[in-house]
Amino acid sequence: MRKKEMIAMLLAGGQGSRLGVLTKNKAKPAVSFGGKYRIIDFPMSNCINSGVDTVGVLTQYQPLQLNRHIGIGIPWDLDRRYGGVTVLPPHMKEGEQGFWYTGTADAIYQNINFIDTYSPTYVLVISGDHIYKMDYGKMLDFHKKTKANATIAVLEVPWEEANRFGIMNTDATGKIHSFEEKPKEPKSNLASMGIYIFNWDMMRDALLEVHEDVADMDFGKHLIPEYLSQGKNLYAYRFDGYWKDVGTVDSFWAANMDLIKTVPEFDLYEDFAKIYTSSEHQPPQFSGANSDIRASLISEGCEVYGTVHNSVLGTDVFVAEGAVIRDSIIMEGSRVGENALLDCVIVDEGCVIGNDVQMGIGDNTANIEKPQIYTTGITVVGEGSVVPDGVVVGKNCVIHGITLAEHYENGRLQSGGTLDLTGGGE
Amino acid sequence: MKAIGIILAGGQNEKLKELGAVRATSAMPVGSCYRAIDFPLSNMANSGINKVAVITQYNSRSLHDHLNSSKWWGFGRKHGGLFVLAPFLSKDGNFGFRGTADSIYQNISFLRRSNEPYVVITGGDGIYKLDYNEVLSFHVEKDADITVVCKNVNMDVTNFGVVDLDENGRLIEFEEKPLEAFSDTISLGIYIIRRELLISLLEEIIPEGRYDFVRDIITRYRKRLNMYGYMFGERYWGGINSAESYFNINMDFLRPDIRRMFFAEQPHIETKNKDEPPAKYNANSQVRNCLIGCGSIIDGMAENSVLFRRVMVGENAVVRNSIIMEGCVIGQGAMVVDAILDKDVRISEGQIFMGEYGNPKIMMKGSTL
Repeated sequence: MRKKEMIAMLLAGGQGSRLGVLTKNKAKPAVSFGGKYRIIDFPMSNCINSGVDTVGVLTQYQPLQLNRHIGIGIPWDLDRRYGGVTVLPPHMKEGEQGFWYTGTADAIYQNINFIDTYSPTYVLVISGDHIYKMDYGKMLDFHKKTKANATIAVLEVPWEEANRFGIMNTDATGKIHSFEEKPKEPKSNLASMGIYIFNWDMMRDALLEVHEDVADMDFGKHLIPEYLSQGKNLYAYRFDGYWKDVGTVDSFWAANMDLIKTVPEFDLYEDFAKIYTSSEHQPPQFSGANSDIRASLISEGCEVYGTVHNSVLGTDVFVAEGAVIRDSIIMEGSRVGENALLDCVIVDEGCVIGNDVQMGIGDNTANIEKPQIYTTGITVVGEGSVVPDGVVVGKNCVIHGITLAEHYENGRLQSGGTLDLTGGGE
Repeated sequence: MKAIGIILAGGQNEKLKELGAVRATSAMPVGSCYRAIDFPLSNMANSGINKVAVITQYNSRSLHDHLNSSKWWGFGRKHGGLFVLAPFLSKDGNFGFRGTADSIYQNISFLRRSNEPYVVITGGDGIYKLDYNEVLSFHVEKDADITVVCKNVNMDVTNFGVVDLDENGRLIEFEEKPLEAFSDTISLGIYIIRRELLISLLEEIIPEGRYDFVRDIITRYRKRLNMYGYMFGERYWGGINSAESYFNINMDFLRPDIRRMFFAEQPHIETKNKDEPPAKYNANSQVRNCLIGCGSIIDGMAENSVLFRRVMVGENAVVRNSIIMEGCVIGQGAMVVDAILDKDVRISEGQIFMGEYGNPKIMMKGSTL
C-alpha cells in the first residue's frame, strides 16, 4: 500500500450528554450548527483544507445520522480512490467478543490495523466536538521542527476558567513538563484542545503497552501521562484563533449566536478555508413580502413570512406569517406556525411548532428533571417533535415527541417542565 | 429509462444583449442559484436517463465550469454519465459545428456506442420540469417516428418554432420563426426519436449539406415521417430568448406556485454546490419578497428582487425589482432599481443605477459603477 505522511483519526463516538435532548438520537458531532452545518463539518473541512486526505471517523453512539452525513465524503472531496474517509465503528474480533470503544485512546488502539494500512509517519487525533478553523499542516511543521514525539494543540484560556480544562505546563520553548486535568490551582492557562499529532511508530508501541494495564485507555488520563513519565518529548502548539467547545446547551447556543454578529469573531464568509457540508438539496431562500429579518443567518430553502431577529435558521425552515422568532436556533426542516412567538428556543430538526404557540415565556426556573443541563433560560424541542396550536411554554423546558393539547395542563408547560413522550432516558 | 439524452447547449442569443455576450444561453444564471441547463439536466437525471451528452459550442467556458463535476446531477458514474462534447478540429479542417444536426452528427459515435433504443433531445435553456417518460409513453403509443413537445401559448409566437397539429396530434406543419403565425402552438424544442432513425437521418442529410435539426429534419421530413406533438399542457415553461424574458423568468421565481414546483416538490432540480455559508442578515436589513442566495450578506434593503449567491448589499443601499447575479457588491447608500447586474458587478457607494419598469437596465459582467 502507498504511504501517507499523516492521516487523521476523528473521534466522533461521544454522546455529548450535556446537550440534553439534542443528542438523544444522534451523536454530538452530528448536531446541526450555524444553520446548514453539523459540528463534524468543522474538523472534516479542516482536514481537507490542511491537505490531510485520509480520515478515519470513529463512531459509536447513535451513528445513523453521522453515517448518512459523511456518506463517502463527497462534500469534503474525501471520496478518494486511495485514502479518503472511512467510518470506523466498534467491531468483533476473532476469538473474542466485540468491544465497545471504552476510551479515546482505546478507540485508536482498536483501529491499529486501519492506521497500519497507510504506514503513516504521523497520526493526527482530533475530535468532532469543536467549532474552529485550523491548519493542521502548520501544526505538523511545528511538530517536525521541535522534533517532538507528540504535539498537543493548546489555547490560552482566561485564568479563571483554566480549572475546567486539561492544562499543559510548559517551558519557554513549549516543551510540556507536566499535565493536569481540571486543576484546582492551575499553574498555567494553556488548555488542551484535544488535538494531537503523534509519531505513529512510537504511539503504536505506547498503545500496545498501556493497553496491557488499562482497559479504558484515554488520551488525557493515560497516554499523555505515560509519555510524560517516560520522559518523551511532548510539545504544546499554541493556537490563537476562534475555538469553541459546544458541549453544553448554553455554549452551543452562544456559539451559534457568535455567527450573527455584524463582524463575527468566527468568519464563515472568507474565501479560503471554507467549511463544507452535505446538503442534499439547496434551493435559494425566500423572504416574504411582510417578513422582517434582522441579525440572523438564514439557510437555503427557508421560507420566511414572519419576523426573525438574532436567530439562526437551518435549511428548509418555514416561518409563517405573524410568527416572531428571537434569539433562537431553528434547525433543518422545522416549521413555525402563524403568530407563534419563540424566545430563546432551540428547535431541533423536523419539528412542527403550531400556530399561536408561545415559548420561552415566564420565570427562569431551572429544569426540574435536569437542572444541570437546562438552566440558562433556553427551552429545547427535540428532533421530530410537534407542539400543538396555542400552548404556552416556559423557560428551561424540554419537549420531545408528538405532543397534543391534552398534554399541556391548562394549555401551559411551566418553566422548568419536561414533556417527553418518546420514552427512555437521554 | 430506455433512452439516452442529448442537450443542445451550444446556442447564443443576440437578444440577451450584454448578458449573452459572455456565456452560452444554457449557462444563464436563473432563480438565485441555478443555471438554465440545470433544468433539462435534472429532468434527464430525474427521468432515469443514465447517459447524457451536452453539446456545447458558443462561449462554453461558463458552461464547462458548471459541468466540471457531474456528481451534482447524479451522473458521476462508471457507466454512462455525462459527456460534454465540444467542437474539435477534425481532419476535414472543420472546427465548430455547422448546425444542431451537424453537432450531433460530428459526435455520432455517442449514438452508435449506446444501446438504448430512444434519444431524448432538448435545448439547454428551457426552464421547466418534465418527466420524459411521459413523452416516451406517448411516443410509443402513437407509434411515432419523432415526437415534438408542444405548448399552446397566448403571446407573440413569431420568435418560436410554430407547429400545427391535426386532431390526432399528428404534426402537419412546422415553421421556425414564421413571419405570420398560423397557430398558437409552439415547439418547446424537446424531441424523442428512435436512436437508429436519428443515425440514418443524419447520415442522409449531412452529405447534402443540411445541418439544422429543425429545418432539415423536422420541417423537411414532416410529411414523410410520422411526427406527433405531445402537449405540455398548462405547466410552467420559461424560454430564455431575450433580456426581457430573462428578467421575467427570474421574477417568476418569486411566485409561490413556481417556487413550490421548482424548489419544494420532488424530484428536485439540482445544481453545482458552491459551499457558501447561509445568507446573513445584519441588524438593519430590510428584505421583502426576495430570493436570497447563500453566502450573501445584507445590510441594506432589498425588495421584489432575485439575489444570487455571495451578493453584498451595503448599509442603506436599496435594491428593487432587480436581478443581482453572483458576487455583486452594492455599496453603502447605493441604489439599484429595475436592473440586471451581471456577475461580479460593483456599484460604488452612493451610486444610482436605474432602469425603467419593464425595461431593465443591464450592467456588464465584472464592471464597476
